[in-house]
Amino acid sequence: MTADAALLERTWADRPGFAGWLAAVDHKSIGKRFIVTAFCFFVAGGLLAALMRAQLARPDNKLVGPDLYNQLFTMHGSTMMFLFAVPVMEAMAVYLVPLMVGARAIAFPRMNAYAYWIYLFGGLMLYVAFFLKVGPDAGWFSYVPLAGPEYGVGKRSDFWAQLITFTEVSGLLVSIVIITTIFKLRAPGMTLDRLPLFVWAMLVTSFMVLFAMPSVMLASTMLIMDRLVGTQFYNPAAGGDAILWQHLFWFFGHPEVYFIFIPGLGFLSMLISTFSRRPVFGYPAMVLSLVATGFLSFGLWVHHMFATNVPELGKSFFTAMSMMIAIPSAVQIFCWLATLLTGRLNMKTPLLFALGFFFILVIGGLTGVLLGSVPLDLQVHDTYFVVAHLHYVLIGGAVFPLFGAWYYWFPKFTGRLMGERLGRWNFWLFFVGFNVAFWPMHHLGLQGMPRRVYTYSAEMGWGTLNLISTLGAFTIAASVLLFVINAVTSLRRGTPASANPWGAGTLEWATASPPPSCNFVELPVVRARDPLWDPAAEPGSPRRVQGLAEDTREVLVTTLMEARPDHRMASPAPTPWPFWSAVATAVMFVGSIFTPWAVVWGSIPIAIAVIAWFWPTRAETRKSLEREKQPALP
Amino acid sequence: MIGHALHDALDAAGPQAGHIVHLWWLTVAICTAVFAAVMAALVVALKRAPRAQAGDPPDVSSLTRAEPTLFRAVTAAVAASAVLLMVLLVASIATDRAIASLPGEGALHIEVTGHQWWWAVHYDDAQLDRVFDTANEIHVPVGRPVIVSLESADVIHSFWVPNLHGKKDLIPGHTTSISLRADKPGIYRGQCAEFCGLQHAFMAFEVVASPPAEYEAWAQAQRRPAAEPSDAQAQHGKELFMSGTCMLCHAIDGTTAGARMAPNLTHVASRRTLAAGTLENTPQNLAAWILDPQKAKPGAQMPAHPLDGSDLGALVAYLETLK
Amino acid sequence: MSAADPFFEREGARALGEVLDVAQMPSYAYGDRSPMWWATLGVIAIEGTVFALMAFAYFYLWSQSQSWPQGARPPKLTWGTLNTIILLASVLPNYWTKKAAERQDLRQVRIGMTICIVFAVAFIVVRGLEFGALNCRWDTSAYGSAVWTMLGLHTTHLVTDFLDTLVLAVLMFTGPLEGRRFVDVSENAVYWNFVVLAWLPIYAILYWAPRLSHA
Repeated sequence: MTADAALLERTWADRPGFAGWLAAVDHKSIGKRFIVTAFCFFVAGGLLAALMRAQLARPDNKLVGPDLYNQLFTMHGSTMMFLFAVPVMEAMAVYLVPLMVGARAIAFPRMNAYAYWIYLFGGLMLYVAFFLKVGPDAGWFSYVPLAGPEYGVGKRSDFWAQLITFTEVSGLLVSIVIITTIFKLRAPGMTLDRLPLFVWAMLVTSFMVLFAMPSVMLASTMLIMDRLVGTQFYNPAAGGDAILWQHLFWFFGHPEVYFIFIPGLGFLSMLISTFSRRPVFGYPAMVLSLVATGFLSFGLWVHHMFATNVPELGKSFFTAMSMMIAIPSAVQIFCWLATLLTGRLNMKTPLLFALGFFFILVIGGLTGVLLGSVPLDLQVHDTYFVVAHLHYVLIGGAVFPLFGAWYYWFPKFTGRLMGERLGRWNFWLFFVGFNVAFWPMHHLGLQGMPRRVYTYSAEMGWGTLNLISTLGAFTIAASVLLFVINAVTSLRRGTPASANPWGAGTLEWATASPPPSCNFVELPVVRARDPLWDPAAEPGSPRRVQGLAEDTREVLVTTLMEARPDHRMASPAPTPWPFWSAVATAVMFVGSIFTPWAVVWGSIPIAIAVIAWFWPTRAETRKSLEREKQPALP
Repeated sequence: MIGHALHDALDAAGPQAGHIVHLWWLTVAICTAVFAAVMAALVVALKRAPRAQAGDPPDVSSLTRAEPTLFRAVTAAVAASAVLLMVLLVASIATDRAIASLPGEGALHIEVTGHQWWWAVHYDDAQLDRVFDTANEIHVPVGRPVIVSLESADVIHSFWVPNLHGKKDLIPGHTTSISLRADKPGIYRGQCAEFCGLQHAFMAFEVVASPPAEYEAWAQAQRRPAAEPSDAQAQHGKELFMSGTCMLCHAIDGTTAGARMAPNLTHVASRRTLAAGTLENTPQNLAAWILDPQKAKPGAQMPAHPLDGSDLGALVAYLETLK
Repeated sequence: MSAADPFFEREGARALGEVLDVAQMPSYAYGDRSPMWWATLGVIAIEGTVFALMAFAYFYLWSQSQSWPQGARPPKLTWGTLNTIILLASVLPNYWTKKAAERQDLRQVRIGMTICIVFAVAFIVVRGLEFGALNCRWDTSAYGSAVWTMLGLHTTHLVTDFLDTLVLAVLMFTGPLEGRRFVDVSENAVYWNFVVLAWLPIYAILYWAPRLSHA
């Protein structure tokens, strides 16, 4: 008996129309929205950066005053970190992980939808505040007391603190969704040592999120309470301490860099493998490196605080940790080089972006080693040298792999390939523009230009390098514009893509491009790391799953380590309640900027919406009972 | 930067910055070598590896056959990286020790308090009559260690004179300190390095390092209270100062003005800059600053003083007597 | 070709040649087999981290402070200790309910959840009295802020878990019911245990740490 594709499509499709759009729970619909939203915030953050670069292009420039400039860099940093870099990686995972592990759906699709809406509302709140001239202005790191009740006047820092609440709630929920999907919904036979490396990367990232994000949520909650109800956490005059903020913020903030970077490493492993036409060299070493990076990243936070009053001995420990974390990254870089060296290269745009990574990220990594050293850090800390470093790391380590990933998976998302010619222009303009924009900043930092200055006087002699940097920034803007043009035109007129246009080996390429609503009409059984390259099935061994319901949503749950079949599980149907719950949550979060009572009264609609979300309908239960089979009871 | 103040982390004028510059060049050399090696490997890979198309069958032979050469190469590269990192770690810790071990005997003690957006400077001494205050300009004798205690009156700032040493934060509720020594006479620009609000960009100061005798002469002059103005115009200026809003924030030692909210002006005319390194200290700039500080430094805490021409002239004339 | 592959033969699954037939597998499962269990564990990991960081903040503030509890008197012991006893005692009916759920014994689940709700009402009421006996305000010192926030955080968990239990209990009485609702009851009990366990270090910090410093 073969599966009924049409019936499966009817069963799994999101409902039509605007109401259906609000009720969507398909991880692919949510994933695409998530990616597009994150890209829009990337563009918004980029435009803010372009405005800053225009202001800094000339000394003593009057284009932007200090008040707006402080909002610009705060918005830029907050957007790029909280609304783009972290969410976009989660977004890619929301779309790709269920496909890569061979699942019909993501675990907790409604929670996943809720997480998206919360993220969207948080981002919109921030930009509405910015356009109403109450954009946060104390930096993306929001140090107290500058952001505290005494010096951070008005509501600006409150919007920042609530942005954190929105994005962290969203990020934490997505992490639970991803971990559970990876642990419990893998195709039968996909043991942990057959996980694609991107899935490993997202597993590590999601665990890091669970333990790092609570720190900034707690810190920002204390901040908003100091501002709103008069707590004294950060007020030295009443027994509080300003450095407490820095510990809590960086205990999150440094792992955060790695949960942007590690998914990028995951993309690279996928790209390099496919375009070298061979599996990545050293899979176990790659996995261990990802895990080691995750652990070590929690031991670095104090290197953001070398200039404060932290004790000397502590500093040496953090220097050692900051240098040691380079080793797992080095392992991966060498393994990729080995893969490229012994592979046969299909030089397409995704691979170009991967190669760009090597040049840029290695520079960023080396300047990172330099920043880990206490004496060197004391000189370049909080100067443009650090601005250069962090963009080399984040753009080289995350954005280049991400653009490569977009070119790579675009045919899977849309069914059409992106243009190669524009892709190459996109790459080269980005690569050249990036280096022109950010290389000079190293020199500016050494010449003493501090970060976060709205202008500088001509006598400082920083004008020429700043002008060059601005030209580079505009080149990047042009390359991103080319990307948008390429994506939009390819969406309509791109070459139609087959299921597996790049000849890749992982499961997402086993299904149509774009995939049907149920992901896999024939649910696969896996016996190899690259199932499409090396089926490796002994004769007589099962190749596909049968017996899951086709007229109702049902997924197969498998065991943690070996992915042996465990039970069938009903997967929830579309519902608008996650959307309404997110609306209610957003009302409470925004309301609490103005009055603490919003937390009390705002909880009531949330509770109602969440109960409505959870409460099973008679029809659903009837259907479920038809298919019910009890597990063996103890 | 006004005049010829130096501002460059790689142009050391003291032992600490000097140690850091040595560590810097060692690190840059190692990093450059590593970068060159990785790029060379990448270029070799791109040149050597044959080209393929998406349709070409993948090479999965590595799944069943070990790749000992690759394994050895990767292991060697990782080991080399680890060794180089150890070298850097040892060098870094050694440099850190060297920086921290500046001998403190006979050190000059200075207390610096950060304000939005200027620096209060207090020269401490066991003898009370040798104590004095100034702002935004720190003079130090060449060759003598200086211990700077750092406090903040409002938000976090960071004290940074790149030619002499790295940064140290000024944290409300805590006292931190940094030790310096200038070995070459010169004027070294310093700057707040921690974002501190609207005028973070123009929160600068200068460290003037001069031979001990010259320094002592300067300090002696700074210890004297302000002289009584001799001419009528300056006398009128002083009356304006004492009867207007100026004295609510500023101090002039030897007069009734003793507020500490804003820079101490006892010897303001002897300083090279105005408004924490924003403007050169000329009578014209001083007059413009008094009229409308927001023009040169939007957000500065000093209000505008729309004085008429003769009053403004008198006030400036008085302040210009405060040498 | 019908050589069965034992790797795939589990609880109703049958490997028949190229096909793995799962139609006869259970439609839900308890404990770590269930995705719900992993989600609960994820939430526990997040909230456990929040509590740990809050404890860090408390001790960090202490380490930076001349005196502790910053001029206040330590909280009165009575209500906090009483609540510790109630919370610990609630583990028993909670355990009993969990076991009943895993046997799918609806009658006992209903009884168990009712008892749990009675306990929850008791400790929420006593929690109210605890706030009145803290001997400090949240806005006079950082110590007071930390104490109120820590107790507030835990109270939030008490209240959410109470509501969660209440909704599930109502569902158990009214339906619609199916087997996997018992999994929800079981996971709710796991979370309840976490809320009780998390209280013990918080109790020690709130009530006993400042006394040690006083002594």
